Amino acid sequence: MVNSDQEQAEVISACLLAGRILVENGSEISRAVDTMERIAKNAGMDSVQLFVTVTGIMLSVDNQPNAQVAGISHRTIDLDKVARVNELSREFAVHKIKLSQMVSRLDEIDNNTPTFPFWQKLLASGLLSAVLLIVFTKEFIDAPAGFVIGAIGYAVFYFFNRQFKVQFISEFFASLVIGILAALAVKLGLGVYLDNIIIGGVMPLVPGVPITNAVRDTVAGNLISGPARAVEALLSSIAIGCGIVCVLHFL
Amino acid sequence: MDILTVVFEMLMAYVATICFGVIMNIPHQAFNSAGLIGGISWGFYWVISHLGVGIAFGNLLAAMLISILSMYAARYKRMPVIIFNIPSLVSFVPGGQAYQTIRNFAIGHTATAWGFLMQVVVIAGALAMGFALGELYHQIGLHHWHRLLKRQSK
Repeated sequence: MVNSDQEQAEVISACLLAGRILVENGSEISRAVDTMERIAKNAGMDSVQLFVTVTGIMLSVDNQPNAQVAGISHRTIDLDKVARVNELSREFAVHKIKLSQMVSRLDEIDNNTPTFPFWQKLLASGLLSAVLLIVFTKEFIDAPAGFVIGAIGYAVFYFFNRQFKVQFISEFFASLVIGILAALAVKLGLGVYLDNIIIGGVMPLVPGVPITNAVRDTVAGNLISGPARAVEALLSSIAIGCGIVCVLHFL
Repeated sequence: MDILTVVFEMLMAYVATICFGVIMNIPHQAFNSAGLIGGISWGFYWVISHLGVGIAFGNLLAAMLISILSMYAARYKRMPVIIFNIPSLVSFVPGGQAYQTIRNFAIGHTATAWGFLMQVVVIAGALAMGFALGELYHQIGLHHWHRLLKRQSK
């Protein structure tokens, strides 16, 4: 059992931090709730009440007057962080690490989890575009154009996302650039079918995580977070669609 | 339908899954398993769709397979399920149909656009349903195993 107030505060902050990292980086809600409950229980606090949504976490301890809140203002996708928090919570459960270590490790996960270098992500998105273009359309001619345009589209998305931090705008501009480049490629004879190049090019931007999590959260009974994520996915799709429509309109 | 085409399609889905995994920044220990799940389920979908089960049922079964395999992989690799099932799903996204919907709306062929929109909705719904069924399978299976183990220990 946790005795001192200070220890209790430490447990609570560890729980909130873990939950925030999980929800921010694309975990489903039930996983975040489960992890937070486990951390609290393993730290010796059995009576924790949680309310987790995609935009904020509330946590209160029984017999304590105040509840703690952590707001979540932006969400990205970094599944490595989710895996690391998961691993950490498992280590904490078997008493491999202490609570103070846990907090510092969580901070470390939050701030410097390595990601793939930019050029690798570019390569991956180009390859993804080319491969899906072949899978969807059974045509090989446009694969090179799809590769280049997919990579450039992702670069535009990446750049705008860093500058403005509004995902829908980045998606809009990225798909706009993809549309323009695809039209140019067909005009210059570098590609054959405009439709196929665009389909391949926008694939790296597809909101896969929100869609999957919307379903999972809704099925799990998180009726606030599930539909909220569905709206997020819908907005992303609309942004991508608008960018493409802008180009198609002038053809 | 020959075996070479199926292998080629599976290879393509394997590569696509890993590429999407890089964009989602999944841990590199999970690359191979996620890719395999993506490849196998796409191959499965390809075969059953050529046997003529239709897009809705085919996508439902494929999503169910992804969900089931992902949970086994998650247990085996001790990583969250979403690391495996999100990248694997990328080949099933109705990208072509979604694009045709937008294109036909943009050029004024509204009737055609509605047809494609219906396809998108059906595929997305089938995928969602398949995921839900896969989770159900695991929930039932889990209870089953627990019961079996208990019975054995008695």
